[in-house]
Amino acid sequence: MSNGLNGDIIQIRNLFKTYRVGNVDVQALRGVDLNVPKGHFLSIIGPSGSGKSTLFHVIGGLTPPTTGKVVVGDKDLSATTDAERTRMRKRTVGFVFQKFNLLPNLTARDNIAVARYIGGAAARPEPEFEEVLRLLGIGERLDHKPNALSGGEQQRVAIARAIVNHPAILLADEPTGNLDTENSKAVLEVLRDLNRRLGQTILMITHNPEAAAYGDSTVHMRDGRITERT
Amino acid sequence: MTGKLVLENIKHRPMRSLLSILLIGVPVTLILCLVGLSHGFIEDSQRRQRGIGADIVMRPKSSSILSLNAAPIPQKMVEYVAKQPHVKMATGVFSVAAEGVTLGAAGINYDEFARMSGGFKFLSGGPFQRPDDVILDDYYADQTKAKVGDTITLLNSKWRVSGIMESGKLSHIVLPIDTLRERNGNLGNVNQIYIKLDDPANTQATIDYLKGPARLAEYPIFSMEMFTSLLNVNNIPALAGFIAVVVGIGVVIGFAVVCLSMYMAVLQRTREIGILKSLGASKGFILGIILSEALFLGVGGTILGIAMSYGAAALIHALKPASLPMVIVYEWWWIAGSITVLGALLGALYPGLTAASHDPIEALSYE
Repeated sequence: MSNGLNGDIIQIRNLFKTYRVGNVDVQALRGVDLNVPKGHFLSIIGPSGSGKSTLFHVIGGLTPPTTGKVVVGDKDLSATTDAERTRMRKRTVGFVFQKFNLLPNLTARDNIAVARYIGGAAARPEPEFEEVLRLLGIGERLDHKPNALSGGEQQRVAIARAIVNHPAILLADEPTGNLDTENSKAVLEVLRDLNRRLGQTILMITHNPEAAAYGDSTVHMRDGRITERT
Repeated sequence: MTGKLVLENIKHRPMRSLLSILLIGVPVTLILCLVGLSHGFIEDSQRRQRGIGADIVMRPKSSSILSLNAAPIPQKMVEYVAKQPHVKMATGVFSVAAEGVTLGAAGINYDEFARMSGGFKFLSGGPFQRPDDVILDDYYADQTKAKVGDTITLLNSKWRVSGIMESGKLSHIVLPIDTLRERNGNLGNVNQIYIKLDDPANTQATIDYLKGPARLAEYPIFSMEMFTSLLNVNNIPALAGFIAVVVGIGVVIGFAVVCLSMYMAVLQRTREIGILKSLGASKGFILGIILSEALFLGVGGTILGIAMSYGAAALIHALKPASLPMVIVYEWWWIAGSITVLGALLGALYPGLTAASHDPIEALSYE
């Protein structure tokens, strides 16, 4: 992992994020500095409440930083509007969530097509995407709705949906949190393959040190700060 | 893709969707039934007036187009009118309300009326045989299940059915004029005079002559063409206002049903809205999905409402063909549909804006 070098796809300086919960201000991030080079697989590990999900939300443009500088790709998120962050989510970042978050009414194929449509691309992915689907091992399951898929299959569909628009960064928030050991291993290997074969930049939040080991490097968070880099 | 999302959302909760469509359809049916009954009543009246065969109709002083509640016309005026230039014959009719405002009974001089109209086409039975005979048209006979020879109660007295005629001349119920006048305590009066001319081309000239000084200037006298054209919805007192009220109720119901239904849908789909937002869906995209769903429900409700109006028309025709003549008024499909869809879209606006403004992080963590 490099710090402050040109070509870093994520550059964060002195990031603070404060939430208002009722009448109380909660400081979720307290001066985070982080650089992630393009093509890197970074694991973020830390206990609940350490601020890793908030960091994930800020990098993904789901919420603006309170203070500090956050540059993702060529966008400075500290100076963007809600509409600009919405546009950024279409193509710059792709999300994978712990609870899969597939649209339950749509088939796996349509879940992927919705992301393409919102991203402004044709509903049918490019032929090369078939290779990605084969890598994910869901080519035969695309016409099923989420309730007919196993947890592992749902998460692999969610990964396909996240990368179908070729985002600069894939953000995975506890992607194995709802999976058994076998499916967890399969999903983590898929993420590592995507990173190695396609050069996909990945940030993965996890509680599990074994899962974190799949990344190129790991940052540890506690109390809204990065405490260790390994 | 938006269409697919909308369709899948609707299919995903079929009972909610069907109930919404049904509730939206009910006011559409109400509007179409009300308009259909109004037009049916008017068209039925026009058809029966044209069936008389008269060229001119003379009404009581100060009477309105649809009401005869005014000073009656003396019988001797019939003889007077019959002697005027170009008048081939004239006959007086004494009409009374039989059931509310939509069903009347007419007393006639049978021979005069038959000569003017060409006679009734009897489906069974025939002309009056006795002073207390009544002739019914097939609509009223079906409605009351009356047959020739039956004794029926009408206008608080007993009548024997002498014949059942094909509908389309003067009234659904025809009685001997003398008996009707006697039972109404109105001897020697009529309340309409129908006039047949030697040549219909002389209609306007004859009207002008009759309304001349020292003749019948105080009486409303119309050509039959003019009279039937005046029989329209706008001339029925307060009907336009009543239709407006029903239309307003339709809008409010459509608005409320869709607002409630879509608000519940938005609550149920909070997480899905968060997912779409995480994929980069804009506020406009989310609002578009909600409005498209409301549009689908509104159009579905309109189609169901139209279908139910056919059912209502068939039911009314089976039960009250004479009292409640109903027609399907096609031009009101678009009006009722537009009103309903507008109400549905307005109703979806608040839930749609609520959904569009959801915070994506809160929406994604919604259970």
